[in-house]
Amino acid sequence: MIKLEHVSKSYSAGTPALNDVNLEIADGEFVFIVGDSGSGKSTLIRLLLKELEPSEGRVMINGKVLGKIKHKQLPKFRRKIGVVFQDFRLLKDRNVFDNVAFAQKVVGEPNSRIKKQVPLMLSMVGLAAKYRSYPKQLSGGEQQRVAIARALVNDPDILLADEPTGNLDNNNAWEIMKLLEEINSRGTTVVVVTHNLEIVKVMKKRVITIKKGTIVSDSKQGDYDDED
Amino acid sequence: MTMRINTFFYSIKQGIKNIFRNKMFSLASIATMAACIFLFGLFYIVIVSFNSTVRSIEEGVSVTVFFDKGISDAEMTEIGKKLQAREEVSKIEFISAEQAWKDYKKIYFEGREELAQGFTENPLANSAHYQVYLKDVSKQEQLVREIKAIAGVREVKDSTQVANTLTDFNHLIGYVSAGMILILLCVAVFLISNTITVGISVRREEIAIMKLIGATDYLVRAPFVVEGVIIGLIGAAIPLVVLYFMYQKIIVYIADKFNFIGSMISFMPVHSVFETLIPISVALGAGIGLLGSIITIRKHLRV
Repeated sequence: MIKLEHVSKSYSAGTPALNDVNLEIADGEFVFIVGDSGSGKSTLIRLLLKELEPSEGRVMINGKVLGKIKHKQLPKFRRKIGVVFQDFRLLKDRNVFDNVAFAQKVVGEPNSRIKKQVPLMLSMVGLAAKYRSYPKQLSGGEQQRVAIARALVNDPDILLADEPTGNLDNNNAWEIMKLLEEINSRGTTVVVVTHNLEIVKVMKKRVITIKKGTIVSDSKQGDYDDED
Repeated sequence: MTMRINTFFYSIKQGIKNIFRNKMFSLASIATMAACIFLFGLFYIVIVSFNSTVRSIEEGVSVTVFFDKGISDAEMTEIGKKLQAREEVSKIEFISAEQAWKDYKKIYFEGREELAQGFTENPLANSAHYQVYLKDVSKQEQLVREIKAIAGVREVKDSTQVANTLTDFNHLIGYVSAGMILILLCVAVFLISNTITVGISVRREEIAIMKLIGATDYLVRAPFVVEGVIIGLIGAAIPLVVLYFMYQKIIVYIADKFNFIGSMISFMPVHSVFETLIPISVALGAGIGLLGSIITIRKHLRV
């Protein structure tokens, strides 16, 4: 479970990026976080990854207060969270298989397990046939699938996706969304930051709208505050 | 943290990949490292050769101990025992008055032995003496002072001047080369650190991804340490090979062309020089690589 209690974050003197945010996301939920650029969405993601510390309040994941996690325990904590970015962030000098395998090598999985696990993940995202391709030989949608496979290969509890469809055309965006929904249906909590309002409307999931660092609406079924 | 063998090999592999990934900087580092170790080796050989030259000269440096007139043979033997028992003494030689006269005649009346016939008595009757050889020339002054105090000793002739000059010169060479090597090592550390910095900036994105995926500090850092150590080791291996063949050639060449130098310097045999030079250089190369990479990681890779 993800829980934010009175969380504020300001980078320097001026308006805070997040201001007194209270939020709860239950296990297995699928949540959209929407808002304009500069609304504080990315700050929220970075707080959840413990890349940033809140200026005030506390962030909890699975009952653990992130502020109390020591530097040494950070790798273990991050393995429980898969993350996907707008720009895919694949390693360009490695092929699809190695990009996904990388995540397992990093956590010290034995090779025998990697050889079993990676093809499984790749077939789940529909890229089993392209395991030897390099990122630049793939379309944007395919690259994002690789990134998702990498995020999921270590079986995280939570998948954070920061504008996962931002660089994709409509068709590819939908493919990715379907994939995320499927992942969610297997029990992984999925949090998607996006400004693709069309997708948000159609998917009919919980939508949290952030504006200037505060949550302005939190609706169960794909409605959101889009007055401007 | 329990480190798996898998992660260990991963680090080694990545470290090697790093070296190839920024070839130019790696080459520059290896070259500098090689130059450093080469100079170090050169100094080492010079110092070792000089030391062995000094030692062979030192071995010839002796203190001559003369006795009081009318001293008995037993007393002389007693003094001899006392001298031999001293720690700093390597060996003593007894030269009897007869032997001294014989040696003298050999040097000065060679070919004109009839001139020496004029002496009916041994003119060097009071010249029986001990030649005392020291293990360490620098202790000569002290020794002379103490021998003079022994009863029955008339005079002690030493070669303080030679001993002091040799010792001082030896120290000077030691200090100068230590200083130069130290400077070179600093340059090598700096260059390796530079290479690692470039490596880190090239891989910045990868490092960021690794951290997000949950890589431990160890896994993020280890490849760079491996890179530094490998550069150090290659940098040490190249000059060792060059020096090995050079040294062999030079010994032969000098002995051949410059006989007088060859007779002045006593070169150590190749294997005994390299027996020490190889482990020192390898340790130095690996050490500098380690130091350079660790300093850089501390500075640029705050994970």
